[in-house]
Amino acid sequence: MKVPEELKYRETHEWARIEDGVATVGITDYAQEELGDVVYVELPEVGRAVRGGEAVAVIESVKTASDIYAPLSGEVVAVNEALADHPEKVNEDPYGEGWIFKLRIADPAEVEALLDAEAYRKLVASEG
Amino acid sequence: MGFCFSDRVPLIFERSRPGRRGTPAPARAADPAELFGEANLRERPPALPEVDELTALRHYTNLSRRQVGVDTTFYPLGSCTMKYNPRVLEAAARLFADLHPYQDEASLQGALFLMHELGEYLKALTGMDAITLQPAAGAHGELTGMLVVRAYHADRGELEQRRVVLVPDSAHGSNPATSAMAGFEVREVPSDADGEVDLEALKRELGDHVAAIMLTNPNTLGLFERRILSLTEAAHAAGVQLYYDGANLNAIMGWARPGDMGFDVVHLNLHKTFATPHGGGGPGAGPVAVKAHLAPYLPVPLVEKTPAGYRLDFQRPKSIGRVRSFFGNFGVLVKAYAYIRLLGREGLKRAAALSVLNARYLKELLKRRGYRVPYDGPTMHEFVAQPPEGLRALDVAKALLDEGFHPPTIYFPLIVKEAMMIEPTETEAKETLEAFAEALGRIARRGQEDPDWLHGAPYTTPVRRLDEVRANRRPVLRWRPD
Repeated sequence: MKVPEELKYRETHEWARIEDGVATVGITDYAQEELGDVVYVELPEVGRAVRGGEAVAVIESVKTASDIYAPLSGEVVAVNEALADHPEKVNEDPYGEGWIFKLRIADPAEVEALLDAEAYRKLVASEG
Repeated sequence: MGFCFSDRVPLIFERSRPGRRGTPAPARAADPAELFGEANLRERPPALPEVDELTALRHYTNLSRRQVGVDTTFYPLGSCTMKYNPRVLEAAARLFADLHPYQDEASLQGALFLMHELGEYLKALTGMDAITLQPAAGAHGELTGMLVVRAYHADRGELEQRRVVLVPDSAHGSNPATSAMAGFEVREVPSDADGEVDLEALKRELGDHVAAIMLTNPNTLGLFERRILSLTEAAHAAGVQLYYDGANLNAIMGWARPGDMGFDVVHLNLHKTFATPHGGGGPGAGPVAVKAHLAPYLPVPLVEKTPAGYRLDFQRPKSIGRVRSFFGNFGVLVKAYAYIRLLGREGLKRAAALSVLNARYLKELLKRRGYRVPYDGPTMHEFVAQPPEGLRALDVAKALLDEGFHPPTIYFPLIVKEAMMIEPTETEAKETLEAFAEALGRIARRGQEDPDWLHGAPYTTPVRRLDEVRANRRPVLRWRPD
């Protein structure tokens, strides 16, 4: 299970890569493994204002459908359109081509509340 | 070449040969244009398969031999109550086959009597005051019930503020779907460490913004919600309606009643609890029973008993209207009525008790074979197990096919990883439960020694592992000629 050091994590298994006030969001390697083969990702609308913790996207796998939560408050500035034809990118490359949406961060202070790689690894170990 | 079990069965369309017939079509008795109007006639004949009678007969007989069902094997699908559907119920339904729903009431008295009596039995079993038999399935019943709740709040002028329906995280997926369909916002309530609803968390969510709580009891883990009375009391104090999903009624039928627990509205699955066939082999029926304060909102018509006989009551101004044509799936109602009469009060109680005994016996057999039960409380008619360490539920389910069993429900409920949700029902013999447990034991042992073997199962079925991803992404729902 890969947990890149440079990313931030939410306890509901989303990751966020923070660059220049924009957070790129996806689901973790652990999450994609648990979900199994992803068949569909319902993306949010660009321009939508979201609160941290709000359900913004839905991911559907052969096993189940799950909400994806915004790790931070902000405005959706981009979505990964490629997932419409290739949802399997979420399984193949969860931290790269499998990204789901980008948020312009409203309140940088919220970043502090996210988990670092170490804390996320512990969380996953406790869920075992 | 003959028909062989492992052959690919061609579609009936692929067997078609132009001009081939079973029997000649009857001569036209009337001019279709005159009967239906020129504009309603199709321009080309439909592309129906053209085959002789023997080819058609063999085609469907051989397809039926590939069918897996309660008639061919143990089918322990959790939350689905796949009990035996006694054949005598089919005979009972056939007695009513010549009725037509457009007959006048005077000539339908027998049918109306049966509907009225069935309604009375179901009200007595659930502890409710009024009932509709119209909904055609469990989920249809859920929607009907929630529309009734919605109409009740609207009538009291509280619908604007009561926007939320609370649903436990172990709930059936149809509960949140129903709530959303009925126009409510869904909020999930967590389960506690014992697998029951977290009562304190639920109380924190209560308020005048909440319309209803949807619950299954026993819940999806097979556990009876022991604090149900405190829960319904707290909900009622906040003006919240209590919805009982009847999917698991089989566990408590005749022993405990949702009405006595404080529920306001209940749907029943006649095709689960009352031994009528399921789903595609159905059709189903999902009657909805309510307490008196919700009765004005039930769909029309209701069957009413008067001194002059039975009649259909359409004069119900607050009704949500019809939810199904005519009388719902009437044949299913006949079968459920016959089932209740066959078993009687004591028989129904015994069926419920045996469903619990069978499930608990099977649970113990599986625990001895290395299967884990994470919420191992006093489970009722079903339980949720996990395969032994390192094995996946999907692989075990596939391997069960080679053993000749239908697999249990897997990956549900969502709060248990690698969940295998097992409901044997009361109609299975002890030997069947033991054979199933033996099969699961063999699969676990061999799977741990030889993981590749388990990943490759099944080996003996007409088709092996299906491409579930492709089936989801690119479903082919109808045949088209090349």
